[in-house]
Amino acid sequence: MKWIFSGLVISAVFFGIISGRMGAVSNAALSSCGEAVGLMITLMGSMCLWSGLMKIADTARLTEKISRMFSPLIGVLFEGMHYKSAAAKAITLNMSANLLGLGNAATPLGIAAMREMEKRNPNPGVATNNMAMFVVINTASLQLIPTTTAILRQAAGSERPLDIMPAVWISSIVSLASGVVVAKLLSKAGKGS
Amino acid sequence: MTLDNMIIPVVMCSIILYGISQKVDIFTVFLEGAKDGFKTSIAVLPALVALMTCVGMFKASGALDYVTVLAEPFSRVIGLPPEVVPLAVLRPVSGSGAIAIYKDILESFGPDSFIGRIASVMEGSSETTFYTIAVYFGAAGIAKTRHTLPASVAADFAVVFMSVLMVRMLF
Repeated sequence: MKWIFSGLVISAVFFGIISGRMGAVSNAALSSCGEAVGLMITLMGSMCLWSGLMKIADTARLTEKISRMFSPLIGVLFEGMHYKSAAAKAITLNMSANLLGLGNAATPLGIAAMREMEKRNPNPGVATNNMAMFVVINTASLQLIPTTTAILRQAAGSERPLDIMPAVWISSIVSLASGVVVAKLLSKAGKGS
Repeated sequence: MTLDNMIIPVVMCSIILYGISQKVDIFTVFLEGAKDGFKTSIAVLPALVALMTCVGMFKASGALDYVTVLAEPFSRVIGLPPEVVPLAVLRPVSGSGAIAIYKDILESFGPDSFIGRIASVMEGSSETTFYTIAVYFGAAGIAKTRHTLPASVAADFAVVFMSVLMVRMLF
């Protein structure tokens, strides 16, 4: 995280000087930190809603059933994770929400999954292989219907806004697979689990 | 677009009905969960402030213009039209920024053009990588992300490459 943060700030200052846009950079620093609070407030509503609904599903043992359905997949992607564990349940629900295109629901569920994994982390503060894998899967979006894209295509007058779907599926799957393979390879090359 | 209007209400309704069928005290349980959601969103805020500030500064500095120029030779190799390069560069960094560029491409070239389709596949099959990493690791209190970023960037490269390949093959 510190490299992402410092890398972006340092290059912002560097390029700001080169292109003479330091004024804009300085304004951006002041306005974006405020925007972050606005974004959190927007997120907070869906965060509460979906966390509440998940708690119902959890108490009713619905999440355990869904988690069992996904357990073969979870077993391949994540090391030593049982489908009954809280982390596996949250991961499964996050994946289901992503597939359905419920981005608002996927984020709180994903955060819950990360926090569950952190609880069992032998080195707190250092990402485990499973955490890295989970975040990589989330950065390579996988959804059945690319809703936002289709709506924008329709608005721009596309004759068949959804005709890109097969192409989107294949690209997402290949991208997901590349991410997963690189994550697996690097996790072995790294300091181990 | 009727189907995706249905998903959220149907999912909510199913969870609630299933809860009732299992005799869960749904409202009390919902409030408990919502309280956790509230705490979580507060926990995410510091990471969100850090990320949005540095991304905002990075975007305002015009650094992306340079990255776009640097990406030019690479894009020529894989046959990516230069008009789509800014979208490919911005997509992992800023969701709203990418949407603005994407709309622009659709308007200038038409959604069913070669360029419009490549942009659509790219927009539809990738995520705002940096945001996702910051929010998830920020919320869990992780400072060392290890191999997450390289693996995610590999996935982003794959999307750029695949969007060109798929549009060439399928249309």
